[in-house]
Amino acid sequence: MLSEFRMPALGADMEEGTVVQWNVAPGDTVKRGQVVAVVETDKGAIDVEIFEDGVVREIVVQPGTKVAVGTVLARLEAAASAGAAAPASVVHEDARSSVAASRPSAVNPEASAEALEATAPPVRAKVSPAARVRARELGVDVATLTGTGPGGAITVEDVEKAGVTPRRELPGGMRDAIAAAMSRSKREIPHYYLSLATDVTVASDWLVARNASVPVDERVIFAALLIKAVALACRELEGFSGFYREGRFEESPSVHVGVAVALRGGGLVAPAIMDAADKALPALMEDFRQLVMRARAGRLRASELAAPTIILTSLGDSAVDAVFPIIQPPQVAIVGAGAVGMRPWVVDGQVVPRQVISLSLGADHRVTDGRLGAQFLARIASKLAAPETL
Amino acid sequence: MTTGTGTVITYREAMKQAIREALASDPRVFVMGEDVGKYGGCYAVTKGLLDEFGEERIRDTPLSESAFVGAGVGAAVAGMRPIVEIMTVNFSLLAADQIVNSAATLSHMSGGQFHVPLVIRMATGAGRQLAAQHSHSLECWYAHVPGLRVVEPATIDDARGVLRPALACPDPVLIFEPNSLYNMEGELTGAAATADLSTARVRREGKDVTLVTYGASLWRCMAAAEQLAAGGVEAEVVDLRSLRPLDDATILASVRRTRRVVIVDEGWRTGGLAAEVAMRVVEQGFYDLDAPIGRVCSEEVPIPYPKHLEDAALPSVERIVTAVRRTMGDAE
Amino acid sequence: MKREELAAKLLAMVTDIAPDVDPATVIPGIDFRDQFDFDSMDTLNFAIALHRELGVEVPEAEYSRLASLDKCVAYLAGKVR
Repeated sequence: MLSEFRMPALGADMEEGTVVQWNVAPGDTVKRGQVVAVVETDKGAIDVEIFEDGVVREIVVQPGTKVAVGTVLARLEAAASAGAAAPASVVHEDARSSVAASRPSAVNPEASAEALEATAPPVRAKVSPAARVRARELGVDVATLTGTGPGGAITVEDVEKAGVTPRRELPGGMRDAIAAAMSRSKREIPHYYLSLATDVTVASDWLVARNASVPVDERVIFAALLIKAVALACRELEGFSGFYREGRFEESPSVHVGVAVALRGGGLVAPAIMDAADKALPALMEDFRQLVMRARAGRLRASELAAPTIILTSLGDSAVDAVFPIIQPPQVAIVGAGAVGMRPWVVDGQVVPRQVISLSLGADHRVTDGRLGAQFLARIASKLAAPETL
Repeated sequence: MTTGTGTVITYREAMKQAIREALASDPRVFVMGEDVGKYGGCYAVTKGLLDEFGEERIRDTPLSESAFVGAGVGAAVAGMRPIVEIMTVNFSLLAADQIVNSAATLSHMSGGQFHVPLVIRMATGAGRQLAAQHSHSLECWYAHVPGLRVVEPATIDDARGVLRPALACPDPVLIFEPNSLYNMEGELTGAAATADLSTARVRREGKDVTLVTYGASLWRCMAAAEQLAAGGVEAEVVDLRSLRPLDDATILASVRRTRRVVIVDEGWRTGGLAAEVAMRVVEQGFYDLDAPIGRVCSEEVPIPYPKHLEDAALPSVERIVTAVRRTMGDAE
Repeated sequence: MKREELAAKLLAMVTDIAPDVDPATVIPGIDFRDQFDFDSMDTLNFAIALHRELGVEVPEAEYSRLASLDKCVAYLAGKVR
């Protein structure tokens, strides 16, 4: 049966989007997670993934067309759709529901197997050997490209085009989108704010020693420690990682920490590091690095933007003491971090110079109270005190 | 004896000048073959040489390829420098035993005690309506055999220049002369002096695709490159010149620049030289390739006699252009 | 490698890391951080690029020597062949 691939909502306040480009054509086999289209939104051009295996049957909305969220963009024959009356999976506001929706139905495994057999075998993307080499050099994800070579194969030229002109115009609407989201947040969410200055000398020394003993590409920056600490704290205390919708809060089963990335042309995006609590520090750092690079090159994916269950905003590089962050709805908490710096600190009755950071929390009073919020910040601080466990 | 550079001559004349120079400069050199003397050679390459050098050095032979090629092997081992002419590569099969089992092996089997400094010239290829038994391109059969050197001059300069290094070589050298080129005219330049038995030449530079070819197909490739240039595709044309050994370095250097290859070979496709070149490119340049390698070869039929069918069987400019466009990813 | 050549290569690396920066506007004498908010992530990416492309491993403690294009050239000139 045919299912529908709809214009996803790539954020709470997105109402419409423009299809810029299709990476697939009718007849193409698509796999769950594959980037099938590029959609221009207030947040910039976003690579949109599909959340279902199947074969594209029809492209409904042609490039250049602006349509409302929820509009059918394409129809596909789902590989595991037999018997499942569920609507086509789309990218929802939060990753959790999209993950749930995309799980193949297990109700009728036999029918599913049959449907799978009937589908053409997955075709390996055609990428020339030289293009693969070049893509690795330039850090270009070939899955996001459209090939112009023989049989639609991706060539060196295709890779280089993507590699040297990753700059996409900053949409004028981004400022408006931020304004709308933050206004809604301040209008609807009763924020409370807490801050905690904490001694991170141990973490900072540990990091320096660690980075001195590993190759340059395995070095970790302090913000990565913060991400992991926040993720672990979310695991231990409920009420901070999840979504508030229709009058009630739902804790997210997975912790996806969004990291606020400032764009030099102005504006801000907060793509997620998925399952941050489960990732070892080196893997988390690599994801973080890739994410920031792609954010700045305008090559984020829809799922990354829609996924955060909590956001970390670090202004450590701006040399401010503390941040009083505003929650991004429908999330319920946001953690801020100021710069790490030498401060006079009292240890055992003595004033000594220590590396100190000011952590802050903006949280939704409909969900948690200051006491729990204080515990949450303290958990983050205690994780940072034992960096080797991160 | 030699004609100076800058003169316009035919391929046939270039070959004849080379033979004349060899006869004049080395008393060990003599020419032997069917109709090379009185008749002047079936393609008239040796015409007039009998009067000039006499019967001792321009020797007509009976119609027995096996016998006169065998005699050439013996003469070479004994210290002479024979130039044996076989009418066409098709007829060389009658002498294949002498070439493959004797000429190619003696140096190896004698542990280097004997050398076989024999030069065998033969016509090859189609295009003159000579039908299947006189038109085939079997170069790759000989290029398969260790102990032989195989060259195919495609330009006036190479035709003029290649005999000298061939005669100087201690191993048997097979010179293939595309019969469709004998009447080709061109200017003789200083490049004749640089002919050798092992290197390929870039005949036209381009950045988009490499055409690897040899023999008469060189000129089809040059015409195709011209046509492609009008459409914005810059083809580089590599003339192999030596079919054994193959000049991998020149081929691969070109592929690294263009990342695309089409091999144009008048031989048949199955088990041919084009396949050998393609495999070497894959072995040594896989990660430089940006498209599947293309081949344009003769149709897999004995070369037909009627003009329109002969033309249809051979690699044409049009087929080369189409193959290049496919490699470039242009829709057909 | 000549100094101009090195500077051009370094500038290409910087704009590779910060694709939102126009290379024509980069002033060699001013710190990247002051010019276009080069942050700790950018600096790390720069160090990785230096290692990958020029084979120079810059210790974290010496990141300050990479602060501007001029400083980079001065620091790296002796280390790059």
